[in-house]
Amino acid sequence: MAWNLKEDLRDCLVAAAPYGGPIALLKNNFRKEKSPGSRPLLEIYSASGVPLASVLWKSGQVVELGWTASEDLLCIQEDGTVLIYNLFCEFKRHFSMGNEVLQNHVREAKVFHTEYGTGVAILTGAHRFSLTTNIDDLKLRRMPEVPGLQKLPSCWAVLSQDRVTIILLAVGQDLYLLDNTSCSVVTPPGISPHAGAYVQMAVSFNYRYLALFTDTGSIWMGTSSLKEKLGEFNCDFRAPPRQMVWCTRPRSKQRAVVVAWDRRLLVAGNSKECIQFVLDEDSYLVPELDGVRIFSCTTHEFLHEIPEASEEIFKIASMAPGALLLEAQREYEKQSQKADEYLREIKDQNLLAEAVRQCIEAAGYEHEPETQKSLLRAASFGKCFLDKFPPESFVWMCRDLRVLNAIRDYQIGVPLTFAQYKQLTIEVLLDRLVLRRLYPLAIKICEYLRLSEFQGVSRILAHWACYKVQQKDKSDEEVAHAINQKLGDTPGISYSEIAARAYDCGRTELAIKLLEYEPRSGEQVPLLLKMKKSQLALNKAIESGDTDLVYTVVLHVKNELNRGTFFMTLQKQPVALSLYRQFCKHQELETLKDLYNQDDDHQELGNFHVHSSYSSEKRIEGRVAALQNAVDEYYKAKNEFAAKATEDQIKLLRMQRRLQDELDKPYIDYSLHDTVYNLILDGHHKRAEQLYRDFRIPDKRFWWLKISALAEREDWEEMEKFSKSKKSPIGYLPFVEICMKHHNRHEAKKYAARVTPEQRVKAHILVRELDQAADAAIEHKNENEMNLVLSKCTAATDSSVVEKINRAKAQTLKK
Amino acid sequence: MSPLDRIANVSVLKQHEVDKLYKVENKPIVSTSDQLCFLVRPRIKNMKYVADIVNADKAMGRSRKYKIIFSPQKFYICELVLEEEGIYGDVSCDEWAFYLLPLDEDLLSMELPEFFRDYFLEGDQRWISTVARALQLLNSLFGPFANTYGIGRCAKMVYEVWRELVEESEGDSQARRPEISHVFLMDRDVDYVTALCSQVVYEGLVDDTFRIKCGSVDFGPDVTSSDRSFKVLLNAQDKVFSEIRNEHFSNVFGFLSQKARNLQTQYDRRRGMDIKQMKNFVSQELKGLKQEHRLLSLHIGACESIMKKKTKQDFQELLKTEHSLLEGFDIRESTSYIEEHIDRQVSPSESLRLMCLLSVTENGLIPKDYRSLKTQYLQSYGPEHLLTFHNLKRIGLLTEQAPGETLTAVESKVSKLVTDRAAGKLTDAFNSLARKSNFRGISKKLGLVLERKGWLGLEEVVRLLNGNEFAPTEPVMEENPAWEAQRVILAVFLGGCTFSEISALRFLGKEKGYKFIFLTTAITSSARLMDAMLEAKV
Repeated sequence: MAWNLKEDLRDCLVAAAPYGGPIALLKNNFRKEKSPGSRPLLEIYSASGVPLASVLWKSGQVVELGWTASEDLLCIQEDGTVLIYNLFCEFKRHFSMGNEVLQNHVREAKVFHTEYGTGVAILTGAHRFSLTTNIDDLKLRRMPEVPGLQKLPSCWAVLSQDRVTIILLAVGQDLYLLDNTSCSVVTPPGISPHAGAYVQMAVSFNYRYLALFTDTGSIWMGTSSLKEKLGEFNCDFRAPPRQMVWCTRPRSKQRAVVVAWDRRLLVAGNSKECIQFVLDEDSYLVPELDGVRIFSCTTHEFLHEIPEASEEIFKIASMAPGALLLEAQREYEKQSQKADEYLREIKDQNLLAEAVRQCIEAAGYEHEPETQKSLLRAASFGKCFLDKFPPESFVWMCRDLRVLNAIRDYQIGVPLTFAQYKQLTIEVLLDRLVLRRLYPLAIKICEYLRLSEFQGVSRILAHWACYKVQQKDKSDEEVAHAINQKLGDTPGISYSEIAARAYDCGRTELAIKLLEYEPRSGEQVPLLLKMKKSQLALNKAIESGDTDLVYTVVLHVKNELNRGTFFMTLQKQPVALSLYRQFCKHQELETLKDLYNQDDDHQELGNFHVHSSYSSEKRIEGRVAALQNAVDEYYKAKNEFAAKATEDQIKLLRMQRRLQDELDKPYIDYSLHDTVYNLILDGHHKRAEQLYRDFRIPDKRFWWLKISALAEREDWEEMEKFSKSKKSPIGYLPFVEICMKHHNRHEAKKYAARVTPEQRVKAHILVRELDQAADAAIEHKNENEMNLVLSKCTAATDSSVVEKINRAKAQTLKK
Repeated sequence: MSPLDRIANVSVLKQHEVDKLYKVENKPIVSTSDQLCFLVRPRIKNMKYVADIVNADKAMGRSRKYKIIFSPQKFYICELVLEEEGIYGDVSCDEWAFYLLPLDEDLLSMELPEFFRDYFLEGDQRWISTVARALQLLNSLFGPFANTYGIGRCAKMVYEVWRELVEESEGDSQARRPEISHVFLMDRDVDYVTALCSQVVYEGLVDDTFRIKCGSVDFGPDVTSSDRSFKVLLNAQDKVFSEIRNEHFSNVFGFLSQKARNLQTQYDRRRGMDIKQMKNFVSQELKGLKQEHRLLSLHIGACESIMKKKTKQDFQELLKTEHSLLEGFDIRESTSYIEEHIDRQVSPSESLRLMCLLSVTENGLIPKDYRSLKTQYLQSYGPEHLLTFHNLKRIGLLTEQAPGETLTAVESKVSKLVTDRAAGKLTDAFNSLARKSNFRGISKKLGLVLERKGWLGLEEVVRLLNGNEFAPTEPVMEENPAWEAQRVILAVFLGGCTFSEISALRFLGKEKGYKFIFLTTAITSSARLMDAMLEAKV
């Protein structure tokens, strides 16, 4: 171990993370007197004892330490507060285990890992259990009471069965199982009635097995469901062990429990015999997936069941194919003919492929590069004599071992076994290296394993950059430049994330600089807003062409700035301004007015008033007032046309109101045309005339309007009178048309006689006097007109007309 | 027919336990269902509508589940409004990234009629990224676009946003053979003239008269000559329609009667058949003939109905006026025609259309006409149109001639060519094509189009756009010298396109051997353009 511990491990609170994880020590924790000089010291080491960080503990009394699945350190305090630190003793956050825990204090605590994440279980002073199965999604569960429990249980453990987390506890000779709702007494099958009181229990890494140690020195081993007994062992030591952990290998038939006392280590399994070791110093056991890590002040060892492949090869006098192949290769190097003999022996049994496989597998279990090499060499040698042996397993083993050897280096200090490495996956391993800030190594591994840039190198670079921005001793320019140099345009890099990190460290300027490198504007904006750089955010949002983004910024800025500045800001950004106007149109009409006022946009103000005159105002007075406002604004805008038109509208509204009152008919909301039309329709010719004069309705319109209305009224007499009042400005053809429209041929004929000669043909056709039409056309000597008349003729009834025209046509042709 | 009908019609929805469908309009919803789902565009107005319903329910003490599905995406502003209305917690939101609705074999619509008003009038760029995403969708389906050209500011923005999307997603798209060789992005505002003219091809006329909605038209009783009205899908599947859709209206009737005669002879064949042949005929051909018969009678009915309407309004007169406006002569006469149109209250949007056409072709109205026409219009159709005129002025459709700028139509077109760079040229190409095809039938001047096809030809346009002088906004990605035999050209209309424009391009495509695919924000027409500008009473 690289560390230089002066204290005994037993004086410290110790926690070591599985999968070759780091070790945390809290020194001086148990001293009662709290003088400033003897504050507890929290230290974190790599598995090889290289110090990573330390911090003087200034918070409350710590009861338990534990590591989360993502290698954060949990410090569970007596008051139920859990503080989370990262690998480098930097405080991340804290949470509380609830009021009940706060009141009754934490007496014991355990950190456990399930498929839900990392959980914490607490035993309070009131002998009640509280737990959460995932500290990242905190849901506290208070377990039911154990009836009659007066003292702390002698030992307890957290079990996970069928995705339910339960607690097993022992009080004297009784075992209780606590699930969400109930507490039940259980008895392990096949345990002897004289076994005595339980003093220690251990659950295997995968929650499948349970071991119980009683004060008579008996160890019961079985499944954690307490349905099956696997074995029992009686040892001579009755003292409660310091630690008891399972030591098994996944998919192995052998199961063993390692029990540790102060100076003694005992491995008990399914047989009568046991293995005993003497411990020279205080040791600490760390259960792993495939064995047990044992570390003390000076050493760090790994105890595990020898895998079958290794056993076959290295067993004394083994005749297994792998062993023979290894031997053959050695002889071959010595240039001895024995190589051939060994090889022949394997080949005769047709086991060469098996031998190669064994060698490759065994290489994975070895920690010494030399042994790995010799095994791989043997495998490679054996492969030469095989055709069609798939090379992948060999290649991958070489690669994996290369990676494993690199991280097992004591300076890195992640002593993963092959099985653990496979379980952990390369992605998680890279994450852990990143957590340890071992960026170059992580990148090298990515490159070596040819991982895609997206999940490999660029992810690590991003992490590096996030760490880089926290280095306060470098100037903003330097950092930004350094980051851009390294990252460039690597795909999958999010500059905005890095910038966000920079901002979190209080480096706003740096964050802005970094955002400049972000190609996607959409990513820049939220952070800029967070940093209160609204102007910049607005620019970026508009650049992005994303309306949603612009809206987001505008509404954000609206709440942030005072009105005046906000409006000023919008002035400079027409796109944003128009969006905001639309928003106001629906949500804040008054603001819209203010906005126009601010700009002195009288035209829009006028429009605004006109709009409200018919949309929001219902009373006539209100409408007139709104229109009057509009008139004023239009004059200010020098839009005389609009002002005049609006004035006319006011006049019309007033008039309509009077008409409505006097005639008791609705006139409001008619256009001028419709008003006059309706007046005539109702026979109020005087009033119609008055409007005609007051509003200077053009003669043509008035005539059109009047004859249409009169025709609708079927007031033919009045129409005739009107037609004779003066010369029609629209001619008399419209009279004909309108009469015909109302199916009054008789009246129509009257007017047909009065139309101008040019229109006579048309008029006659309209009143269906084809004969006269033909005469007129012939008189005009107009061929087009003649054809027109012809096209209206039907052979059956109008043969005389046809004849007439054809004759005339022939005549004109002759000339 | 609504876009939803095209995707999941009422019976499909009912199968999925939808109880009732309502239109989003300001009416209370009477329903006992305990779940309401709103399928809306992300607009403040719609949010207020939802809020009113939720709050009304709350006041009545009724509790329901509410879900808002935003199409194509949710906007922050909507959530904010929901929050301000105090119902944010009561509703759950979802997004439906719906971009393209295929209306026909060569026509994709985004069904965003509001695009035109939002962008060109209000300056709201919300749909830019939506269009860009639609392009990206096509890009990912049919491989990278070889050449992209754009006309107009909006086209440029869409292009830029789209490029960004492409860059972001680069890497996951494999190199593919481009299936679409050219993409043209066009803003509606580079060419209003074509859209403002009356449509004379059959499909356009049907749209103008009956309003085609989502590729389907509702033929009323006067067309079907029964008391029921029929919904008819108008696309290339309809054999009769596909033959007449791009034809000038005056040809259509003749064609239909010819078709009817053919049909009759086919029916007549059954005389003199023996039993076996008859069996064959009934089982195989009869159904097709019946179907054709039905369609034929519908289209004939539609033609009659159009004729009736058009002759009533004196369609020829109208066309004559439009024609002289386009050619720039008899301006006075046209102006008084428009005046009469207004005085007689023919139709608010028609009158407005003619005024706009006059303004656009004359580069603005002379001040006297500008004032008098507007006054006339206000007197006829109500004072609130003061705001309509403001809208039209802002968008540049109805303006006052600046003093000293009295240009004839021809001159203004020339100036347009200069100022709009190549833009004008391309649209003029479309224009004159559309126009010529308008008159094609009448004057049999088909030769005229062919004669000028070199000028209309794409190579020419491409060259113009590629020239440095003309290409500040026209990005050229890569020149692909190996032209495909059948060039596929995607024409993207930002702000909508009319059926006449589509017909014109289909015609051009047939002449030159290109295949045009159309992507439009919505199918538009002169009436729809005008409606979008109207400031009507609510």
